[in-house]
Amino acid sequence: MVLPGDGLIQLTPEGLYCPAADAWIDPWRPVSRALITHGHADHARPGCGEYWAVATGEGVLRQRLGASIALTAVGYGEERSLGGARVSFHSAGHVLGSAQIRITAGDETWLISGDYKRDADPSCAPFEAVAADVLITEATFGLPIYRWRPGRQVAAEILAWWRQAPQRPSLLFAYAFGKAQRLLAELAALGVEEEVLLHGAVQALMAPYTSVGVVLPPTRPLSELPRSESLAGRLVIAPPSAHRSPWMKRFVTPQTAFVSGWMAVRGARRRRGFERGFALSDHADWDGLLRTVVDSGARQVYVTHGNSDGLARFLREEQGLAAEPLGRAFEGQRSDEGEAAS
Amino acid sequence: MQAFADLIQQLERAAGTRGRVAALADHLGAVEPADAAWALALLLGKRRRRLITGRRLRQICLERSGLPEWLFDSCHAQVGDSAETIALLLPQLALPPATPLELPLAEWMDSRLPALAALEGEAQAQAVLTIWAALPDGQCFLFNKLLTGGFRVGVAAGLVIRALAQVSGLEEAELAHRLMGGFEPSPEAMEALLAPLAAGVAAPISRPYPFCLASPLETERLEATDPAGWQVEWKWDGIRAQLIRRNGQTFLWSRGEELINASFPDLDGMAEGLPQGTVLDGELTVWPAEASQPAGFGPLQRRLGRQKPGAALLRECPAAFVAYDLLERGGQDLRPAPLFQRRAALEDLLRGLPEAVPTPAAGLLRLSPVLPLGSWEELETLRQQARFVGAEGLMLKALDSSYGVGRRRGLWWKHKLEPMELDAVLLYAQAGSGRRANLYTDYTFGLWDGEGRLVTFAKAYSGLDDSEITELDRWIRRHTTERFGPVRAVEPLQVFTLGFEGLQRSSRHRSGLAVRFPRILRWRRDRTPESADSLSSAQALLEDPAAAPRLASQ
Repeated sequence: MVLPGDGLIQLTPEGLYCPAADAWIDPWRPVSRALITHGHADHARPGCGEYWAVATGEGVLRQRLGASIALTAVGYGEERSLGGARVSFHSAGHVLGSAQIRITAGDETWLISGDYKRDADPSCAPFEAVAADVLITEATFGLPIYRWRPGRQVAAEILAWWRQAPQRPSLLFAYAFGKAQRLLAELAALGVEEEVLLHGAVQALMAPYTSVGVVLPPTRPLSELPRSESLAGRLVIAPPSAHRSPWMKRFVTPQTAFVSGWMAVRGARRRRGFERGFALSDHADWDGLLRTVVDSGARQVYVTHGNSDGLARFLREEQGLAAEPLGRAFEGQRSDEGEAAS
Repeated sequence: MQAFADLIQQLERAAGTRGRVAALADHLGAVEPADAAWALALLLGKRRRRLITGRRLRQICLERSGLPEWLFDSCHAQVGDSAETIALLLPQLALPPATPLELPLAEWMDSRLPALAALEGEAQAQAVLTIWAALPDGQCFLFNKLLTGGFRVGVAAGLVIRALAQVSGLEEAELAHRLMGGFEPSPEAMEALLAPLAAGVAAPISRPYPFCLASPLETERLEATDPAGWQVEWKWDGIRAQLIRRNGQTFLWSRGEELINASFPDLDGMAEGLPQGTVLDGELTVWPAEASQPAGFGPLQRRLGRQKPGAALLRECPAAFVAYDLLERGGQDLRPAPLFQRRAALEDLLRGLPEAVPTPAAGLLRLSPVLPLGSWEELETLRQQARFVGAEGLMLKALDSSYGVGRRRGLWWKHKLEPMELDAVLLYAQAGSGRRANLYTDYTFGLWDGEGRLVTFAKAYSGLDDSEITELDRWIRRHTTERFGPVRAVEPLQVFTLGFEGLQRSSRHRSGLAVRFPRILRWRRDRTPESADSLSSAQALLEDPAAAPRLASQ
């Protein structure tokens, strides 16, 4: 399925394109102007002429795409004119600085959801419901088996898991941008005041969070801890790519866990080879996806990523909405990072 | 049941053997005997009775949730297991909150689950929904599994037995033996199982011995030893079996510990001729009396599936027991004796059978011959001959070894023929289940017919390593041309070398061929699909199995 060729948003080889604004949304290749929903690698790619993004996401984008990128930072809800279109960014609740992008031209409004979640997250602004005529939504977890429990509850289980092993280092694998800080913020909310050790990749993402005042427990890069110091009973947060890498040599009999929405399924837990899997995602679950479609009031829905076919069919057949998958063009675009970010 | 659910979770999470054995021992030692008996039966896979079909549970879930069937099936494809799919869909059922229901495992297994199975229609649906609503977190999956008989834990029987040994103070080998031939979970059975040796609990006469198993040959280890220390035999292409004659009764056990007497009435007369207190270890084959070699696995499979075979099938596919070891003679356990002594006793036993018994002459009981081997150089020549006698390779058994319990590396080796090979093109992929859920790991391959079309030839599930599986999974997602439910058709671009043990004509397969034990040997990135093999090369293998090495080397 492709978007109609005369619509406000079109699908080009570079990705979603708005001719009226002469801008691409999260383009896959370098373009003249990119509107960025958030800083994950499968949404923000280097080499574009100019970038537009939310101000709280600026730090992460500059760090990942280069300090000298031409970036127009906007506030949530602030409406800007771009060519013949009006553009605004609305909180997506996915990670710090994440946005849904609303574009209006003539009498039509489109909303591109980017990645989003409806659950509470102390490390970023909450999701904002936005109305539109046409909605392009993600469906990474577009199956009813995915129903998230509150982040606070999962964090409490993680805390219990950490506490029950005072003789071993606890290695918690979580995506370096977003998930790691969300976990830290949840632990702080549960009263954790102990220092948490961080892998370098996680450490690199801490400044953007502290600079906007997210409350976190004290942290220190693992590399700054003297070699002689025991790691027993310490919590260490690292990206999934560090699992089974030489980086792990430093730990003697660690317990390992992976935090991801995919961990809701037993087969995925067993396959990944972690001792524990905690199901916590920064994407919308099934109910969150359906709720967002309803909240948008859209008369037409396009679905990208994950189970795009299934969600579109459900909306069409069970809810009587005009809905189509934009599936295949997006399916190959998820980077490893994007997958792990789930 | 919570304690058992916790144990299953612990087993899933514990990384090392020691942790798993400790968790098992803690559990088996702590719970009531009735619950321990059930835990044991479930852990060892001795009880997998299906009380309600997965289909029925799915129906109850669908009716209550109002979810469309296709969506349930998509979920199932992602999860790879109906019991878990339903457990994950439970929030969609909007069940009213209920007081948590916690009952001992034995009560579930002995009465609650069978009672549920006895209900029908709406009453059954309501009863299941009531329980789903009341089960504590994490028990729903287990409940569904137990109800549908699909419960399986990824824990080796050896570890369970080690834990039992820790709890009881008995030897592992003794426990393994006591557990052979079925275990009906009850407090009494548990007591008998763990009874001290001195208690002298009588063993049932049907009880088989644990099978001694062979490991794949490690050539260097073997060649460091003296060839004269080994007994070399054909590795027969049948099924491993134990034939017991005690107290005027006959018991024929498969390696899976199934009693298969009923499928092999043609062996009854022969077994009656064996002296009391005889246990033979050997291979069950289909082998007509006048034939020089067994008829292959296909005919045997026809026999295995049939409880009471008709006269025509018995005539077409006559069974034979090929004996290669004697485990008990005159009621005495011979397993501690070295192989050369047991072999001598076996030959002696067969020689001494009364003439009136329709045994070797009718080909019902055959002695697996010992093959001469002068030097290790001759081993390969011998192995290649296996194809011509209908065997699948060689067995090497240390002459001075006692008959061990399970796999004791270095005493018994199996040295199989190289598999036949063909290069085939990937056509379809389907997501696996369990550990491979949501990964495209079940592949269907095709060969070229004479008209430039690829014809489905074989399915294979194994042979790639984890990183290849991940890479291929990604490739499949990007090169899907069509979807049929959970199956994806892909662009016919990827070539794989498939290995298999044999080919048989089959009218049920589009290619006209049935493939035995197909698996992936190599991902041939160097090959274009045009260079893959054709059906006619497969047919050539069928005519002349010796052509296999030649083809593979092309």
